[in-house]
Amino acid sequence: MNPLRRRLLIAAPMSLVAARARARVDYPPVAAPLELAFPRDHGSHPAFRTEWWYATGWTRDEDGVERGVQVTFFRNRPGIAERSQSAFAPRELLFAHAAVADPAVGRLVHDQRAARAGFGLAQASTATTDVRIDDWTFALDGDTYVAHVPAREFTLALRYRATQAVLLQGTGGVSRKGPRPAQTSAYYSRPHLAIEGTITSDGRRRRVRGVAWLDHEWSSDYLADQASGWDWIGVPLDDGGALMAYRIRDPGGGTYWAGGAIRDAAGTTRILGPDGVEFRPGRRWRSPRTGVDYPVAFVVRTGDLEVTLDPLMDDQELDARASVGIVYWEGAVVARVAGRAIGRGYLELAGYARPLRL
Amino acid sequence: MNAAPVLRAVSGGALGADRGRLALAVAAIALGVALGYAIHTVNRTAVAEFSTGVATLAGRADLVIRGPADGFDEAIYPRIARTAGVAVASPVVEADARLPGRTESLRLIGVDAFRAAAVTPALVGESDAALDLLEPDRVFLAPAAAAWLGLADGATLALQSGTGIVEFVVAGRVGAPAGRRLAVVDIAALQDAFGRRGRLTRIDVRIAPGAPPAGVRAAIAAALPPGVVVSAPDEEADIAARMTRAYRVNLDVLALVALFTGSLLVFTTQALSVARRRTSFALLRTLGLPRNRLAAIVAAEGAAIGAAGGVAGVAIGHALALALTRIVGADLGAGFFRGTAPMPAFSAGWALAYVGAGTAAAIAGAWLPAREAARAAPAAALKAGDDESAYARLARPWPGLACLAGALGLVGLPPVDGLPLAGYAAIALLLVGTLLLRPRLARGVLASVPRPRRVVAALALDSLRAAPAQAGVSLAAIVAAVALAVSMAIMVASFRTSLADWLDRVLPADVYLRAGGASSTAWIDAEARAALAGLPGVRRATFLRSVSIVPVAGDAPVTLLARDLDPARAGDALVLVDEGPLPAAGATPAWISEAWADRTGAKPGDTFELPLAGRRARFGVAGVFRDYARQTGAIVVERTDYGRLTGDDRASDAALWLAPGASAADVRAAIEARFGDGRLTVATAGEVRAVSLAIFDRTFAVTWVLEAAAIGIGLAGLSASFGALSLARRREFGVLRHLGMTRGELGAMLAWEGALVGGAGLSIGAALGGLIAVILVHVVNRQSFRWSMDLHLPAAELAAFGLAMVALAALTARASARRATATDAVAAVKDDW
Repeated sequence: MNPLRRRLLIAAPMSLVAARARARVDYPPVAAPLELAFPRDHGSHPAFRTEWWYATGWTRDEDGVERGVQVTFFRNRPGIAERSQSAFAPRELLFAHAAVADPAVGRLVHDQRAARAGFGLAQASTATTDVRIDDWTFALDGDTYVAHVPAREFTLALRYRATQAVLLQGTGGVSRKGPRPAQTSAYYSRPHLAIEGTITSDGRRRRVRGVAWLDHEWSSDYLADQASGWDWIGVPLDDGGALMAYRIRDPGGGTYWAGGAIRDAAGTTRILGPDGVEFRPGRRWRSPRTGVDYPVAFVVRTGDLEVTLDPLMDDQELDARASVGIVYWEGAVVARVAGRAIGRGYLELAGYARPLRL
Repeated sequence: MNAAPVLRAVSGGALGADRGRLALAVAAIALGVALGYAIHTVNRTAVAEFSTGVATLAGRADLVIRGPADGFDEAIYPRIARTAGVAVASPVVEADARLPGRTESLRLIGVDAFRAAAVTPALVGESDAALDLLEPDRVFLAPAAAAWLGLADGATLALQSGTGIVEFVVAGRVGAPAGRRLAVVDIAALQDAFGRRGRLTRIDVRIAPGAPPAGVRAAIAAALPPGVVVSAPDEEADIAARMTRAYRVNLDVLALVALFTGSLLVFTTQALSVARRRTSFALLRTLGLPRNRLAAIVAAEGAAIGAAGGVAGVAIGHALALALTRIVGADLGAGFFRGTAPMPAFSAGWALAYVGAGTAAAIAGAWLPAREAARAAPAAALKAGDDESAYARLARPWPGLACLAGALGLVGLPPVDGLPLAGYAAIALLLVGTLLLRPRLARGVLASVPRPRRVVAALALDSLRAAPAQAGVSLAAIVAAVALAVSMAIMVASFRTSLADWLDRVLPADVYLRAGGASSTAWIDAEARAALAGLPGVRRATFLRSVSIVPVAGDAPVTLLARDLDPARAGDALVLVDEGPLPAAGATPAWISEAWADRTGAKPGDTFELPLAGRRARFGVAGVFRDYARQTGAIVVERTDYGRLTGDDRASDAALWLAPGASAADVRAAIEARFGDGRLTVATAGEVRAVSLAIFDRTFAVTWVLEAAAIGIGLAGLSASFGALSLARRREFGVLRHLGMTRGELGAMLAWEGALVGGAGLSIGAALGGLIAVILVHVVNRQSFRWSMDLHLPAAELAAFGLAMVALAALTARASARRATATDAVAAVKDDW
């Protein structure tokens, strides 16, 4: 991937503060009550500044080899050319990211796409989940998300079948990201998607099965000025339950805001506020490529549950863009309680290279 | 025999004897080589410029899709992007942005940075703020554009849109290569700001690895509407280079002519040198120097002259090329490159080739004298007075007549691959044939001269009549020079007169306005048209839309001119050379230029199709018109017809007729007051005419340099041969002195001889030049540029030229013979006994 795409990919959806500085449009805030209606709200919400569909999961192939797999589509409204009459007007930008975590490779294999929406080549439907950038597609068909991602070093052809109800985060889907009432996102998750499909790489097509977690989140004001990044986990639990927790970090590495949710196998959900969630960084790993230091193991306390997170492998950095200085760690982790595995999910570490504020 | 002493014996004296003439021969070769090398180098720069131009703009594209200059429907883009085997399709909109107050425009390129990054990274702006690439009011400048405009980052760039202004902020640079004056904006911004919504001018395509390129190309071609074509980038460069090829080949041929005259000068110089060394050569032969060895030495002398001239020529030529590209541009003023400043590069291979060409030309020139030196029987040559036999062989008529017959046969042939090769060959054969026949022709001319009463003049005539072969040698250079000068003078005069007549006919209005062509960001909309027509002092206003379209894939574009005209009276607005009835219903009337008629073979009454707005439109040829402005052809249609077929309502140009008593200055002031200073280029018919003729004169300035060089070489040849002949005639001069002729009378006699030879050369050369001019006008120009023109004889200029030529010949002959006539009479006569 060339530097430009890299720059746009990262700069546009993630460095939200930078975009805010030049915003000329009034983005709507996410305000309660949301009154989400599906499948309409599985679709895009183009009025908001940013939105993503984030599918992370663990797969196992016929030989029993486990791999983490991530498919993400971002939508961004940069606030540019809003009044343009051109079909090329960059009112809406779409980005996508796909990665495979294979311990045999020892690092993330990943690829990206970026395009302005238009001409049916790149678009995010407002009717249901249906996003595409050229030949990369992610769409909801009935109760199954279908991902087709022909990337540079691999091709994903995966189906993610919903097996449980939607998990609304925060208050009816309004998730707080800071102390101010406006610092919110619309956020729901779909834990326990059953993965079935193929991962093709090195000329080999492997049938895989597994369990995934989907986040769909949209916001106009995701990260506060005082915040520098976030840590996030999403773990479908082996017993059928689900665990999500996040914290927004301040520049000193402390917690600016936090939250989470635990749903048990019976479907009872506990929403956690800043007091209910604690992230305790554990072992650290320094990327040999970027020199960025990540806490790749955590102990996360959610309510009365103390969960230890250990990575599938240390090097799950999304980099290859040291020149830009913005890199993430997005990796498959095993969740344990008192040494016993309770689920396998994903950990996201954002803003460690430098604050997500330019 | 050791080579060195032989060389010294044979050549040493010759080199020492006449440094001046030797230097002249070297200079003549150098001139030919310099012109040839300079033109070649400039051409190479031009072709390289086409390729780098295409390479910059095409980047890593495997295929480029293009249509008319005003673009094609953007709906093609997603179809191409989805075509199997297409990895990336990068949509592009290009425009020539008019800058208020500047005559040159700025190449503006609108890209989708997300797509361009993968195909043409050089066209993606460099900025820390990535979103600047998408902002509608940001522009990224190539270094050359920034330097030209004097704009730093953050500065405001004002560009004309229609007759209004759009402002951009300079947000950074694009990494376009040095010398390219271009600016990059977001594709949506360009479409919005310059009224190009829905239009693309180009799509750059990268083929997916592993996909079959030919198959992908065919699939794309099948998806394109008429008038939109797909080609590989190098093919694009090729089309661009081909458009200028005829012009470049013409210049190459001119250089070749210069080299040929240089070769003739070597011939006369060596002929003189051999004549002077006749006795010493004979002595060497009797001493045992083999015949072929002697010939080789004389030829080697020619080679030495050629090599020296060649090396000097390449050095001068390179300097000339640098100067030419700097002053008039790589297209030698033809106007193909705008906003670029390419630099010629030195190529050792080509330099060697041109030194070689100079050497070969000189050896060719020295060949006959060398053979003559070797052939002379030593015993006879040791005696004086055998000179007339020397070039007798040249008088055989058949080779010359065969050449002339060949020339006659060639003039009727069509061009080869767009080049008038047969025409050039015919000219070469005419020249060679005439040169071969010139002793015979000279005898004929001299025989027709009445015997003058003055003794010295009569003596001169007798002397020449008695030795026509001698006169023939002197004639070679003069005939070639006069033919060259006369033919060029006639051709240029014909062209200029025809152009002037044409300008008078095509500029019937009083005031002309220009916004810009089809790719320009400036145009005249309906409101502006109404305003112009309603200006005080304007009696009538007509408008024109100029669009360049690609009629056939892989072919050069043609200019479509949609203008206000009365179909029944098209001859009022166009210089018609052929006319037919207006086409029947179903076909739109069109008038085609001679170039287009030649390209397609269309004639009045025929119908043809043109791709317009993505569809095929049917036209009927109502007439053929003369057009000196557009080499690849032009088609005129009524503006209302064009608007109906395309929906394009813009005008590029306007012509205003003034009301009686109104002044052009007032109207010009009113235009500027209404539209703003410099938004429209305003000129009176007289100004347009003057500028056009000035451009013509500048373009043809190089031919005057060549003519002057040819005349100089011709006189130098005359001087050389008279010098040689007079040396050989020292005994004759001695006898004449003994008989009581004064030195002055002897000089007068030689001046008469010079004048007679000059006159003979002039009449033969002028006749030859006239013939060549006819071929140049009716074959070479017609086939190269598809321009027809009327033959025009610049009689007064030619007469003055002729008189000057004869006078100069007389003076030259007298001056060259000074040394021979200065010798003591007794010594001269003693020579023989």
